[in-house]
Amino acid sequence: MSERPNVLVQGGRASFRSLRLDAGTVTPVVAAIVLATYAALRMRWDWLGDYYPLLIRGLGMTVLLVVVTSSLGMLLAIPVGLVQVVGPRWLALPARAFCTVIRGTPLLLQLWLLYYGLGSLFPQFPWIRDSALWPILRQAWPYAFLGLTMSYAAYEGEVFRGAFKGVPKGQLDAARAYGMSGFLMFRRIWLPQAFRRAMPTLAGETILQLKATPLVATITVIDVYSVAAQVRQQTYLTYEPLLLISAIYIVLAVVITKIFVRLSGKSRDNTAFRKS
Amino acid sequence: MEMLHADGIRKSFGNLEVLCGVSLTANKGDVISLIGGSGSGKSTFLRCLNCLEHPTGGEIRVNGEAIAFKPDGHGNREPESKAQMRRIRARLAMVFQGFNLWSHMTLIENVIEAPVHVLGVERRQAVDEGLRLLQRVGLYDKRDAYPAFLSGGQQQRGAIARALAVQPLAMLFDEPTSALDPELVGEVLRVIRELAEEGRTMILVTHEMSFARDVSSQVLFLHGGRVEEAGAPAEVFGNPRSERLARFLGSFN
Repeated sequence: MSERPNVLVQGGRASFRSLRLDAGTVTPVVAAIVLATYAALRMRWDWLGDYYPLLIRGLGMTVLLVVVTSSLGMLLAIPVGLVQVVGPRWLALPARAFCTVIRGTPLLLQLWLLYYGLGSLFPQFPWIRDSALWPILRQAWPYAFLGLTMSYAAYEGEVFRGAFKGVPKGQLDAARAYGMSGFLMFRRIWLPQAFRRAMPTLAGETILQLKATPLVATITVIDVYSVAAQVRQQTYLTYEPLLLISAIYIVLAVVITKIFVRLSGKSRDNTAFRKS
Repeated sequence: MEMLHADGIRKSFGNLEVLCGVSLTANKGDVISLIGGSGSGKSTFLRCLNCLEHPTGGEIRVNGEAIAFKPDGHGNREPESKAQMRRIRARLAMVFQGFNLWSHMTLIENVIEAPVHVLGVERRQAVDEGLRLLQRVGLYDKRDAYPAFLSGGQQQRGAIARALAVQPLAMLFDEPTSALDPELVGEVLRVIRELAEEGRTMILVTHEMSFARDVSSQVLFLHGGRVEEAGAPAEVFGNPRSERLARFLGSFN
């Protein structure tokens, strides 16, 4: 008789302990629940039925923008960073200039210069206007992809420059001492180690890239933000569409974080930063 | 049989002449120790032997094959054929003061890296051989550990296994115990001693005087980029001719 309550109390305590949450976790969760309840009960969501195909298309464009421009940007960032560390001057200087100019000007401006500048320059050349590429160049999305890719490449080029420089010289000495060619050393030793160093920064920068995508709406590319803006204009609802896409951006940011955690999880055992 | 021969190696960094003509001949099974104060050029000389530093002057011959040099256009020389230099270098296994195991690879991956990717050994075969070598240096249990999780002594023994994996013509040790805590020095020296005793050709830069005296077939005392004294260990340690060497040896007692 006296045993049972004891067991229950102990069991209860144990499960309670595993559920114990600190204020930093509880506060946003509570706030989100309150907000979601309020939004569901007091706000209007009937427009979703009309707009969800458009929203999904916009979401697709946003995701495509982040994935494609981050991937291409990273491919470009690796040589941009590398030539600044080992390249000859005629490569290092343009790479540095590229980073300085792109990082020193607003992305909004770059998108406008590309879209309105190049976009109005191209039709003046008959050989461009008559080329097979013209139907593509006439649209807005190539300039959005180009602008975002260059932006990512410039910021990540700086990250990779630091990462390449940070690989200890002894690691490369060992590679050379065992007969590796420059390219083999780069592929097997230098790049993998630089990548691990850059990874935590890349995760943050990719989230920034996600949050830069709404700027493409200003050059008529239809991303998820521009759909929300359209909903606002047509339904006179202000907060509902904005809240919805805020939630969408949060989810995308969490997904990006998870992807990078998984990518760097492979190297969890290796503390490249710890001095050996 | 001559394995490694260096003749009149010179090396300048700008106006600073670090080596002013150092020569050495290692026959098969020789253990040659290089001793001397810091700045005497012994590490630079070792790094010239496998062209990690390009010697400004002098000749290097490995297993009878001379490394060809040409002017590099900046007043120095560089190997004429990178392919030749890499082929020779890969068989002069180097063990570094700072271990320099590749930090993003496990121990066994470190050991098979050069055999598989430089020498073209088949992976399975390289792993079998690598595990045998790790067993030999007492690290079989640690085969899947990353370097950051090993002690300095374990890392250096792992680096020695990596060196053995390329079936070296000669092994170059650059102060292999200088970065180790005192209690870890013994385990590394024990492995090096075994290698010396089984007839490996080794060039050893070291500050471990009693060890050098025990294992070496020849000792070179470097000072100011020159060989100040050379000879059998009993002779060099027991009966130093120059005052500099006597003072240098005295500083260890």
